[in-house]
Amino acid sequence: MLIENLLGALGEIGNIQTLAFMIVGATAGLISGAIPGFTIAMAVVLTLPFTFGMPPAQGIATMIGVFVGGLSGGLMSGILTGIPGTPSSVATTFDGFPMARNGDPGFALGLGVWASFFGGIVSAVLLIAVAPQLARIGLEFQPWDYFSLVFFALTITASLAGQNLIKGLIAGALGLLIATFGEDDINGVSRFDFGIEYLQEGFAFLPVLIGLFAFSRLMTDVRDPRTATMALTEMQNVSIRIEHRRAALTVLKSWGNLIRSSLIGVFTGILPAAGSSISNVLAYDQAKKASKTPEKFGDGFPDGIIAPESANNATAGGSLITMMALGIPGDIITAVMLGALLIHDVIPSPSFITEAPVLAYSIFLAFFIANFLVLGLQSGALKLFVLVTRVRMYVLAAVILAYCGIGVFALHNIVSDIWTLFIFGIVGYILRNLGFPLAPVILGVVLGPIAEKWLSRSLAISTDVSMFFTQPWSLFFVIASVFSLLFTLYQRDRGKKPWTRFYPPALMLSLSAPLFMMEGVVRPVVAGGLIVFGLYLLYRAQKPQEVVES
Amino acid sequence: MAPGRYAILVNRKADRIMSLPNRDTIIAIGLLFFTGVLIWASFDIRSPDYGTLAPSAWPRSVLGILLVFGLIYLFQSLRASPGPESGEESVERGGLAGWFVKYRNPLWCYLIYFLFLASLPFFGALIGGILLVFLLLSVLGGFAPRKLLLHGAIATISMGAMWSIFTFGLRVILPRGSLFEAMGLSF
Repeated sequence: MLIENLLGALGEIGNIQTLAFMIVGATAGLISGAIPGFTIAMAVVLTLPFTFGMPPAQGIATMIGVFVGGLSGGLMSGILTGIPGTPSSVATTFDGFPMARNGDPGFALGLGVWASFFGGIVSAVLLIAVAPQLARIGLEFQPWDYFSLVFFALTITASLAGQNLIKGLIAGALGLLIATFGEDDINGVSRFDFGIEYLQEGFAFLPVLIGLFAFSRLMTDVRDPRTATMALTEMQNVSIRIEHRRAALTVLKSWGNLIRSSLIGVFTGILPAAGSSISNVLAYDQAKKASKTPEKFGDGFPDGIIAPESANNATAGGSLITMMALGIPGDIITAVMLGALLIHDVIPSPSFITEAPVLAYSIFLAFFIANFLVLGLQSGALKLFVLVTRVRMYVLAAVILAYCGIGVFALHNIVSDIWTLFIFGIVGYILRNLGFPLAPVILGVVLGPIAEKWLSRSLAISTDVSMFFTQPWSLFFVIASVFSLLFTLYQRDRGKKPWTRFYPPALMLSLSAPLFMMEGVVRPVVAGGLIVFGLYLLYRAQKPQEVVES
Repeated sequence: MAPGRYAILVNRKADRIMSLPNRDTIIAIGLLFFTGVLIWASFDIRSPDYGTLAPSAWPRSVLGILLVFGLIYLFQSLRASPGPESGEESVERGGLAGWFVKYRNPLWCYLIYFLFLASLPFFGALIGGILLVFLLLSVLGGFAPRKLLLHGAIATISMGAMWSIFTFGLRVILPRGSLFEAMGLSF
């Protein structure tokens, strides 16, 4: 079955045209990842207009090329200028920049390139192995479970809110609201059109996405007239040869660090809302703690480059596991990819791998191939990156703004989509300036129609609302949603307020209840394990209080 | 300055700031007003005789959630003291004029983009696009003669390339515009 699906996927991906698009995508990702302030998400968003004319597998493969390229590209500016191209390469600068400054930039870049490659391969293997197994659970899901799962994904918006929880929640609700405008998918009735023809069709996903994310970002970049006319980065002419052989051997010798960091990356990616910006710092920290020579970190130590670079590339595989197995986006990039699948009439859901195995395995394969492509393209991209850094921000902004307009027009060949882009460009800029996070809006726009569809199907089977709490998987996701909403408060108050000590045991004990309700032997046993561990954590949580009281 | 006079000035400024509503409060009120308008509009949504979930049910649920969040946000903003960016900053930096100066680049960009869209049926994607890029470049980068030449070249090359890729590569029929058609050009 696996071989059969992989061969089918090879037929989709393994042609010159798709590989050529992937090479272009990976190069674009490498360059955009290397430019500080130009995020990977923005690069993936801007790739969308090119992809909807392609077959689904080819389009997603191109976007994966951009994604993997972007994750690897951040290391170039991080190592050479000390300014990370993306937040996922912040920790790379800790040792990469000192090593480059000490006269070994070629080796530093080589370590980053090879660590990224191996990290990506480890996560690709795990993606192929884990996602289909995890997706089998999805076959058991009923409409109530699906709705609760989407509801759980929506509560992730709370985690994406950062410091201001209420603004994140409002942003998520605004996203849901935007998706309700126009004709509804279930009954075909127009909503909130105010008698205006333009509003009757609703807002197309792509113009909303590009307007909110790219257009408003460019406006932020050119807001200050002085920085708008400056070059992207202050970098002089450099002539560097990446030391591939020496770097690859060093990375392989440090295999323990490589595997640990890659696993940290994959696990962080699987967790919704925890992306590569977290995993690279986490892996660096763990590598330092595990090292016999932690004092060398920060002065250009190879392990300090290997850990963050392998972790950030491995995160991509982790986030794809969540997307493929459960059909929910864990971050903004996978939300964009799910949106791209929707444009191609592919509805993401937990049964996605079973229902569209060739497309699913094409995504797996594309991720695997993208890592090889990025490895091969790094040297050429480095030269291109040096050229691109001379471009002024305002030049880039003006050209991209025009491209945005033409790109969204190509979706349905209607000018009203460009108006939508323009309107949401303003909305996005206002929301940014008022401190509202935009990622929850995007998640709301993507997940809103899916949530409504499953709610409608649930109620079509039974109007009894208690089904959402009596179906084991549904209850599982409802409980997870409640704890997901509280997670931001938990993060904020951890170690400061007593209630946070009871959060982990309460989570374990609560999740054990729906697992006990499930059939079979394994899940009740897992539930028993959760109860034992939860009680142990509860015992430990009470301990410090006793000390204080005594 | 005498300490007493200084204290009076400080108090006057503090009073002025206190009398200005918190920025978050204004946003929360605006959000609640917007939610109210849409709740009202949701009663205009037609309910068909078929289907178990009425077309207005889901939007109303979302609006209900938004209403609750908006009220929490309003309550939070009323409890918080006015931040430095609420009233003080705008007063010190020249109020509305200062705001226009601060945001002049985005405001110009939005205006030019609006003009591009409004004139799209006449100029079409190619000529309109070239004008859009040229104007954006000149407004953001300056109007020195040498720069204008450079901006013209960048606008023509970038838009020409983009237009060619979409027209010939991706087979997208971009808006040609009545001017293009009047010139007797077709692709």
